[in-house]
Amino acid sequence: MNWISDITPPGMKKLFQRQEEQKPAPVKPEPPARRKPQPGKGDDTLWVKCPETGELLYKPDLERDLWVTPTGFHMRIGPQQRFKILLDDNAEGTDNGQGNWEEVPLPPVVLDPLKFKDDKKYTDRIKAARAKTGREDSMAIAVGKVGGVDSVIIAQDFEFMGGSLGMAAGEAFVKAAEIAVERRAALICIPASGGARMQEGVLSLMQMPRTTLAVDMVREAGLPYVVVLTDPTTGGVTASYAMLGDIHIAEPNALIGFAGPRVIEQTIRQKLPEGFQRAEYLRDKGMVDMVVDRRDLRRQLALVLQLLMNRRAIDPASRKQKEA
Amino acid sequence: MAEGKRTYLDFEKSVATLETKIDELSAAARDAGATSINAELGALRDKAAKELARLYSKLDAWQKTQVARHPDRPHFRDFAAGLLTDWVELSGDRNFGDDQAILGGMGRFRGRPVLLMGHEKGRNTQERLRHNFGMAMPEGYRKAIRLMDLAERFNMPVITLVDTAGAFPGLSAEERGQAEAIARSTERCLTLGTPLVSVIVGEGGSGGAIALAAANKVVMMEHAIYSVISPEGCASILWRDPARARDAAEAMKVTAQDLLPMRVIDAIAPEPLGGAHRDAKTAIANVGAAIAQNLKQLNGMDARALRMQRRERFLAIGRTGLESSSGDATTSRSGKNRQVEIQIAE
Repeated sequence: MNWISDITPPGMKKLFQRQEEQKPAPVKPEPPARRKPQPGKGDDTLWVKCPETGELLYKPDLERDLWVTPTGFHMRIGPQQRFKILLDDNAEGTDNGQGNWEEVPLPPVVLDPLKFKDDKKYTDRIKAARAKTGREDSMAIAVGKVGGVDSVIIAQDFEFMGGSLGMAAGEAFVKAAEIAVERRAALICIPASGGARMQEGVLSLMQMPRTTLAVDMVREAGLPYVVVLTDPTTGGVTASYAMLGDIHIAEPNALIGFAGPRVIEQTIRQKLPEGFQRAEYLRDKGMVDMVVDRRDLRRQLALVLQLLMNRRAIDPASRKQKEA
Repeated sequence: MAEGKRTYLDFEKSVATLETKIDELSAAARDAGATSINAELGALRDKAAKELARLYSKLDAWQKTQVARHPDRPHFRDFAAGLLTDWVELSGDRNFGDDQAILGGMGRFRGRPVLLMGHEKGRNTQERLRHNFGMAMPEGYRKAIRLMDLAERFNMPVITLVDTAGAFPGLSAEERGQAEAIARSTERCLTLGTPLVSVIVGEGGSGGAIALAAANKVVMMEHAIYSVISPEGCASILWRDPARARDAAEAMKVTAQDLLPMRVIDAIAPEPLGGAHRDAKTAIANVGAAIAQNLKQLNGMDARALRMQRRERFLAIGRTGLESSSGDATTSRSGKNRQVEIQIAE
């Protein structure tokens, strides 16, 4: 038993019990980028090549800077890191060692209903992605607090088949919305996806209206739905839940669009202008409220949620005094 | 549709040969007035009809894709003229412009005022350019939203006709928020307080289609296709070879016959023998019958009930009617159900 058992309503308990009964496979930390051993430069696990400049960066420094390089380049990160960065971390006194929040297992879905096969079987692709990421599918849900505000975060894992939106991800999104409504919590979505999962055909397209319905459930309940757009967010994901937030926050330079830049170049047979479909471009075109550096994201998100939910910010200093 | 100038699809070669012969013979019969030719003509016509029936009874997903894109297939304007009286076309999104890729307006469907909107691909080059081949811009989806607002205010059912390869993937579309426009249009469909029936009449391509098809009832024409990405697009991503579109179409299960058991669609509107392009009038009448039947099922539902029905309909997709790949095959092969009248999934 842990903290969550004491505060969750009966319906929710079942949800978490399932997780207790069958502990999900331990989630491996996602490698942020492909690392190459650099002979003569020391232990390769300590050095990470910057995807922007190619420069070797010291991993502990990168971790401290939340995988933002010294030049300000925001490296891609996975759900586990997202949760750690954004959710309140009152690690003391909790037994899971990862802070005062918990991941929720994904609801089960029918696997490969089309029996899809290209060069490889779709089921084999799923197996490979599961082995690579330690996740069931491209979404992860966590329940906790952001700046003291009850929150449900649903984050997409680009490492899992390009973060593609299929039945599992859609069902996870619906679940996250349901949990948010049940707990009267804010729903925060962090998309990172190339779009719909072709291997599920029109069933993946159906996730666009399904996730849209889920957003409407949160809206109807009078709860905030905040989207934190990250690199990359394109296709059917952008054309559904990623563009329906009450507030849109984007990470610097994140690629955000409907059609991918290559498709557009092929259509119009022109080079695209510099910065096209980047976070700052979307802000200038009125699609994104603000572009926020990852190192400031937690503070900014907390501020937004506290205002929308009319909660006072918790002053860490006063809390410490109280505890003492 | 015009006799004698029929466009044949590649799999229709045998029919094309027979029909060319028929045309030649009937011309000869007219000139010579010979009655002996008539018997031969009758036999040939019989043979051609049988061949057409044979071909169309077992169309595969790629052949259906070609039929769905046939240049003579009835388009939005044909449906508007054939289904409605008192048609009043409406234009513009009241914000940026009027997108001719999505047309809409009011009229009477069997006496009842309705709002009809949908994609228009255009028929000749000039028209196709004006309608941007049925690929809508953000202002097209915002026009759809505006028209749904209007329909709700005046308590009109909305009928949408979907026929698009997808939303337009271009610079200006991105600049004006294509993704947001599609998302909002999908959302507006789902929140609409009046009945919404969608018919996939040709191609139901991706987000550009779902933006008009998040409906209470979704009907597909017998040879229409509905997919998350075009077969060519899928093939170029999976095999880096658009020529493998046939394989992609097959793998993605894009036909009405595939999607009915999956409960993605509620009914199939039958097409005349040889496809809608051979007899547009009958095709349009069948679509009209399917719309009437599905609208009737929504009679008496108030705004809340209609929204709830949509919510339950879409949330149920994928939760029932499917089997995982380890189980037995469940989806029926294309063409098997074609002789059945309008089918309702229950």
